[in-house]
Amino acid sequence: MSEITFVDALRITIKEEMERDPSLLLIGEDIGRYGGIFGVTKGMLDEFGPQRVRSTPISESAIIGSALGAAMTGIRTVAELMYIDFSGVAMDQIINQVAKMTYMSGGAAKVPMVIRTQEGGGRGNAAQHSQCLEGLFLHIPGLKIVMPSNAYDAKGLLKTAIRDDNPVLFIEHKLLYAAKSAIPDEEYLIPLGQADVKRKGKDVTIVTISYMVTVALQAAARLAQEGIEAEVIDLRTLVPLDMETVLKSVRNTNRAVIVHEECRTGGFGAEIAAQIQEEAFDFLDAPVARVGAKDVPIPYTEPLERAVIPQEDDIVKAVRKVLYRS
Amino acid sequence: MISKIDSKMCLNMYEQMLTIRRFEEKAIELFEHALIRGNIHPCIGQEAVAVGACTALRPDDFMVNTHRGHGNCLAKGADAKLMMAELFGKKTGYCKGKGGSMHIADFQKGNLGANGIVGGGLPIAVGAGISIQNRRTDQVSVCFFGDGATNQGTFHESVNMAALWKLPVIFVCENNLYGLSTPVGESVSACNISDRAAAYCIPGVNVDGNDVIAVYTKMTEAVARARAGEGPTLLDCITYRFFGHFTGDPGKGITYRSKEEMDEWLKRCPIKQFAKRLIKEKKMTEKTEKAIEAAVNASIENAVQFAKESPLPAPEEALQDLFH
Ligand SMILES: Cc1ncc(C[n+]2csc(CCOP(=O)(O)OP(=O)(O)O)c2C)c(N)n1
Ligand SMILES: [Mg+2]
Repeated sequence: MSEITFVDALRITIKEEMERDPSLLLIGEDIGRYGGIFGVTKGMLDEFGPQRVRSTPISESAIIGSALGAAMTGIRTVAELMYIDFSGVAMDQIINQVAKMTYMSGGAAKVPMVIRTQEGGGRGNAAQHSQCLEGLFLHIPGLKIVMPSNAYDAKGLLKTAIRDDNPVLFIEHKLLYAAKSAIPDEEYLIPLGQADVKRKGKDVTIVTISYMVTVALQAAARLAQEGIEAEVIDLRTLVPLDMETVLKSVRNTNRAVIVHEECRTGGFGAEIAAQIQEEAFDFLDAPVARVGAKDVPIPYTEPLERAVIPQEDDIVKAVRKVLYRS
Repeated sequence: MISKIDSKMCLNMYEQMLTIRRFEEKAIELFEHALIRGNIHPCIGQEAVAVGACTALRPDDFMVNTHRGHGNCLAKGADAKLMMAELFGKKTGYCKGKGGSMHIADFQKGNLGANGIVGGGLPIAVGAGISIQNRRTDQVSVCFFGDGATNQGTFHESVNMAALWKLPVIFVCENNLYGLSTPVGESVSACNISDRAAAYCIPGVNVDGNDVIAVYTKMTEAVARARAGEGPTLLDCITYRFFGHFTGDPGKGITYRSKEEMDEWLKRCPIKQFAKRLIKEKKMTEKTEKAIEAAVNASIENAVQFAKESPLPAPEEALQDLFH
């Protein structure tokens, strides 16, 4: 058991998988000598060489497309997109090629690839380096979506994602990279599609993912002081989506607040709220609430960024509202 | 060559380069004191490209900028006060604090904005070229981009389209030999970025990007060609950034650049070189040099003061400006 950061957990996982599968390929910008801008691939070039650790020109479309081509022809691949915002440059490859290849070929094509990327605000990186875009990709059938909230989960989920024979979009959060968890020495895998109850509670269910798990847990601690016991569910993956865990909790608490950092409109919260009312309408004592970013690009300056991105306060208020307390 | 150029223009160029240098140095310092957030991509070392290129332009010409764009903004006539206020995230900044370092635009000066997406600006410059052609004016559209950006599809799509329609666009590559940590030799298949022009049948010109007069001269030719309706030019301006890729890059980029290489380029500082030449050719006295230095320092101090005293936007302003 050792305490390691999220970045270290990712690096160790990739290294272990590189050793396990001698053909596993890494491809992305500045991932060689530089080790990636967040340091996830540090040391990989020295250890595995330039054929397996391909540091590319700034060509996102070719990074994603060539990862697909390699994956389809027998080379399991982990592509790194430095920021999820740059998926815009590679959008055709992601949504028309990667996501559809297996289905279009009637199941003939196998696409064992992971697109590792990171998202989120909070650091003043402004409109083109702070977005959360999971809702956009959730709308594209054919992509699995994984969004770990801590180093422990990141390790177990990344292992599973790499070994999966389908395209997985693995979205990290820039504010989580330095966060530490205790990691066991022995190997473990976390299956995709298994939510995790991060805090037990009987009064309200908070459904969230990624960095917002941290914020939701802070909100839950504050609510506890007011006598409100919130259950916090970390979905961990959006595709596949573990609605069982969500519904079980809502049937018990009778109230749900969904929290995500992406824009409120069209975010995954809308999908989950719809499914809750479809499956557990009779159990609800209040309308399902959603907390998400305001529907604007992420502004640079701190007071505006804080106003746009969901904060602990926003979650506390939403919970009080579904409990009809003010 | 310098002797043919008007002394006043030379002194202006010198003052502008120095303004950019001091602005960037100050911005880095303020970033380190947490008065500026996010990231800054300093263009220190590359001032001659910004100033040489923009001196060949008219105020009504368009300019499309990059993430490393403070120098180009200033050279295109931006007010250092409003830029600094933007870096401070203040309401008085060019983008009311919403854009920050990577998104400064100044439409009154033809500055169509910087970009956080590498290669994102190239098609926009082409569009401005179409606009010029259709409005039948004799403006030009200038697109700045880095060496790394020439590996994006947008570069090739844009140059091809501009060449095809003989648009008045000048493609100015700020070739500082690295895209983040990646040397140009490991990312560009062509021997020179200027060679890429041949694929689109337009002139590709090699330029010493640390020589402001060389940049100005080549740019003037490219601008004349564009105004005459003869189409685009690709200028490959070789230069070097003295700092890291961004404020978070360890040791000014020492993890991927050798100390020898960095020292070699430091000796070729575009500002020092130009000052020496101006003095040698009697275009500038040491007294004038000092006076310029004092004026520049005062203007930067003034900008910082303005930024510090300006108000932050109110939280509810976050919801404004999404649409007109
Ligand atoms: C589409 C996209 N990919 C990657 C990045 C990250 N990034 C920002 S600047 C940069 C290097 C750009 O190199 P170059 O075009 O040579 O410009 P320079 O920074 O050297 O001025 C990279 C990789 C980005 N902002 N946008
Ligand atoms: Mg460069």
